Amino acid sequence: MPRLSYRKALTRALADELARDERVFLLGEDIRVAASHVTAGLFTRFGPERVLDTPLSEQAFTSFATGAALAGMRPVVEFQIPSLLFLVFEQIVNHAHKFPLMTGGQCAAPVTYLVPGSGSRTGWAGQHSDHPYSLFAHVGIVTAVPATPTDAYGLLVSAIRHDDPVVVFAPAGALDVREDVDFAALAPVPLGRGVVRRAGDDVTVVAVGHLVHDALAVAEELAGQVSVEVFDPRTLYPFDLDGLCASVARTGRLVVVDDSNRSCGIAAEIIASIVERVPLAAPPRRVTRPDGAVLPFAPGLDRAVQPGRAALTAAIHLVTKDGT
Amino acid sequence: MTDADPVRLYRTVRLIRRFEERAIDLVRAGTIVGGIHPYLGQEGIAAGVCAALRGTDLVTGTHRGHGHVLAKGADPARMMAELCGRETGLNRGRGGSMHAADFSVGVLGANAIVGAAGAILTGAVWARRRRGEDVVGATFFGDGAVNEGMLLEAFNLAALWRVPVLFVCENNGYATTMPVDGAVAGTITGRAEAFGMPAAVVDGQDPQQVHAAAAAAVGRMRDGGGPELVEARTYRFDAHHTFEHVVRLDYRPPQEVTAGRSRDPVRIQGGRLSDAERAAVDAEVEATLDAAVAYALASPEPDPAGALDHLYASGLNARSGGA
Repeated sequence: MPRLSYRKALTRALADELARDERVFLLGEDIRVAASHVTAGLFTRFGPERVLDTPLSEQAFTSFATGAALAGMRPVVEFQIPSLLFLVFEQIVNHAHKFPLMTGGQCAAPVTYLVPGSGSRTGWAGQHSDHPYSLFAHVGIVTAVPATPTDAYGLLVSAIRHDDPVVVFAPAGALDVREDVDFAALAPVPLGRGVVRRAGDDVTVVAVGHLVHDALAVAEELAGQVSVEVFDPRTLYPFDLDGLCASVARTGRLVVVDDSNRSCGIAAEIIASIVERVPLAAPPRRVTRPDGAVLPFAPGLDRAVQPGRAALTAAIHLVTKDGT
Repeated sequence: MTDADPVRLYRTVRLIRRFEERAIDLVRAGTIVGGIHPYLGQEGIAAGVCAALRGTDLVTGTHRGHGHVLAKGADPARMMAELCGRETGLNRGRGGSMHAADFSVGVLGANAIVGAAGAILTGAVWARRRRGEDVVGATFFGDGAVNEGMLLEAFNLAALWRVPVLFVCENNGYATTMPVDGAVAGTITGRAEAFGMPAAVVDGQDPQQVHAAAAAAVGRMRDGGGPELVEARTYRFDAHHTFEHVVRLDYRPPQEVTAGRSRDPVRIQGGRLSDAERAAVDAEVEATLDAAVAYALASPEPDPAGALDHLYASGLNARSGGA
């Protein structure tokens, strides 16, 4: 079977949707030459009318996309740097998200915001290493964080076809993941549906984005001692609570590993939603960035504030020991 | 395709004037909650610009936006119902004064974030033209917006990509209470010129002059020209917001207000009609607004069970806030 990289899966999703639907177009900075590699070959294939290289005007081109969507198009906006989402939070939240309700249903704003390389890229320091997916889930914008090439393809396709704004975070830590893939079997992945990546009996670990791979590695290491189930939500908003409840109802224990800051991060929401519905055998735990995290530059410091395998392993031991 | 018919221009400014006066009455009566930003004194700008546009052309308005919505052709009765928060309103009572929209007549909404709509309209006009529709757009904003970075970014994008958008600055002298002189370095037209956009200053109190400038710009844009800016100098006759009817803020010298009000667009345009023509329009407008207010007051309030209707165009169901 051919190998597909995460990056190429994104490229393929964009190319397929551009070819399928005339209303789809891309805009962003340096996408003509594919500085993030994700739009490679698309300018040549689809031309400057559908692959719009923009000036450094994030606020204007984000709202330009909103306007184009209100007028019937399906724009995909690429942000090279996750922290740029702070700059355009107003345009996305106050306008694209609010238009359908504020107008009493007169319009839709089907814009996809694609962030290839979210989270730490090691060495990119304070202003290029954020992972603000919890903010978008908080304001109620559909938020997907695919972990695998197949899901990167399928969730991006679903995002583009969705009638509301969707942010797709492609974590830097997952961009180099490769997978054996039957290209003919690539398909849209439904938004709001999670998946059990590894079945287990003792504890459910919810892992977001690239951390799915760390969770799988930890589960493998612990095999024989603890039977770990790994749940990949794939979409953070809407969240597949039914899927996760089914898992936790069996295991009775929950750990969430999430590359957000701790306060009001998605891990907090996941845990709150589960304890409202499922009795647990032990207090749940979360592994996250610290409160108010700013990623420091030096690689050792950068790693020190990200949730890692050692902290996840410790959390699993805590919840399996607690309550027994 | 423009319409400089003096009777039509008068009807529009008179309609906006009386609509606003009726709306202020309803604010005082407590029927319209949250208050409004009255467009009184600025009616000639919306009337003049929109008379230069076609039904399919697109506009965006501001928090002081009733005039733009009405001048572009929205139904005054449904507009009044919207201000009153009724199910029959343009936005089903979900938008109110600051978000009134009527996509069926090309109004992509009043927008309550200063300077935000320019880029939205630029994208919308670009998209319609990409799809083969021969449309142009006009985006209204105040003098306060010219210091908002996102509007200046929109100037750049529209000019760079030659999107036919008429940027209409309604310079009424104040951003809330901040006078233009205290806020604007350089000039408003100079901002447009910096992006290679033609820019003109026009007397915003004269609907016909506004119309002439807008029609000329729109004509150039329909012939393939890029965006342009018109700075319409005007004066806000009333409060920034109706809260000032309750809490007096001292920022405009009384002599200035008197002088500003002396140049009234409704009177200026009315003076171009015969007494009989004017009386006929006035009676027609009064009848329209009597019917509009009656319609609004007779309309049902929205069912609270539908408070989150249209939150998601996709039909996504949001979780409720309760236990």
